[in-house]
Amino acid sequence: MAYRFDFASLLDYAPVLVHGVATTVGLTLVGAVLGVGIGIGGAAARSSANAPLRVAVGAYVELIRNTPFLVQLFFIFFGLPSLGVRLPEWQAALLAMVINLGAYATEIIRAGIDATPKGQVEAGASLGMSGPQIFRYIILGPAMGKIWPALTSQIIIVMLGSSVCSQIAVEELSFAANFIQSRNFRPFEVYFVATALYLALAVGLRWLLARLGDRLFARAARA
Amino acid sequence: MLNFTFWDILSNLLLAARWTVLLSAIAFVCGGVAGLLVLLARVAPLRPLQGAMKIYIELFQGTPLLMQLFIVFFVLPLVGVETSPWTAAAVSLTLFTSAYLAEIWRGCVDAVPKGQWEASASLALSYGEQMRYVVLPQALRIAVPPTVGFSVQVVKGTAVTSIIGFVEITKAGTMITNATFQPFLVYGLVGLLYFALCYPLSLSAKALERKLNVAR
Repeated sequence: MAYRFDFASLLDYAPVLVHGVATTVGLTLVGAVLGVGIGIGGAAARSSANAPLRVAVGAYVELIRNTPFLVQLFFIFFGLPSLGVRLPEWQAALLAMVINLGAYATEIIRAGIDATPKGQVEAGASLGMSGPQIFRYIILGPAMGKIWPALTSQIIIVMLGSSVCSQIAVEELSFAANFIQSRNFRPFEVYFVATALYLALAVGLRWLLARLGDRLFARAARA
Repeated sequence: MLNFTFWDILSNLLLAARWTVLLSAIAFVCGGVAGLLVLLARVAPLRPLQGAMKIYIELFQGTPLLMQLFIVFFVLPLVGVETSPWTAAAVSLTLFTSAYLAEIWRGCVDAVPKGQWEASASLALSYGEQMRYVVLPQALRIAVPPTVGFSVQVVKGTAVTSIIGFVEITKAGTMITNATFQPFLVYGLVGLLYFALCYPLSLSAKALERKLNVAR
């Protein structure tokens, strides 16, 4: 008995898939902006002169990078309510993504900062710039330009990782796939299409971020 | 009603950690062997083969592990293979690992100077001999730190298999939570267990990298 594929039965559920894709994209975009923001702050903290701050940020980075995203998500969604912090599903998912990306971004951006020639910092100081000014106007731009490809990959990994958010009933793409296959009993077709959509999202996001990187850091890269 | 003490929770999680470790080891070893084959095809002087392997790697790096897991879990039965969460988890993690390791190692092979290829070709070594005696020994040296670093991703990847019902640390944590209603404690411990597994790997990857840089 050969299995007969039936992709047409998915058409009825197109709106569910569209909603799922929109949720995944929304979570990823907001998560990426906030996560990279935390990454910049974390990287600045890790290269600051304040030792306790450096150690604290280092501990945060190592703790997040050495535990699975799924466990971080469960801890935030199921564990935090016992401390009185009760977040709705999508907020818990977003928080987990931001915290997760923030740790990786900290490490990636720090590598870019470490690669800044010392002479540039000294040149800035000799012009009477303050520490924050040097960071903002001299270090950050070229550093971000250098590590942008790595940061792009990490953002895509976070987007793909967000598929496990279906486990706390966030209605993103995997949740849509699970929902549809529980209705039409066509798991292979549904997961195949969902996987293809993820692939398309990953390719599209990579393209978009590459363009964005060209725009933002073209001057820094030339310098 | 049964009462769970702290030690009950911890010992149950530790028992489940066996399966996380075993699954990681299987995925890493089988994925390493498969990854080597993918690598050999990826850098072979044969265009169609290179392209095919590029697509293979792209597919696994561009889609979520969870979806790969679901597809393996639901496709193997279609072709008549009885799947348990065990086999589905082992197969999909092996494929996932092979794609990532092949890509990591390709970078290492690319880092071997081109002159080495040309010199060995001028000595009339075949592709297999070039790889075996000239390129791989040099690539291997720089491949060790990132490979150890990637093992952390494999261990963390096993957490996702809890979703198809494979009982490892995360799944055990969910089950214990359902019995004890102490999610904060249980998931905290689950996280710490993963940390205990992964952090030494991360540290050794970093140490290996430092050693390599000094040796240069």
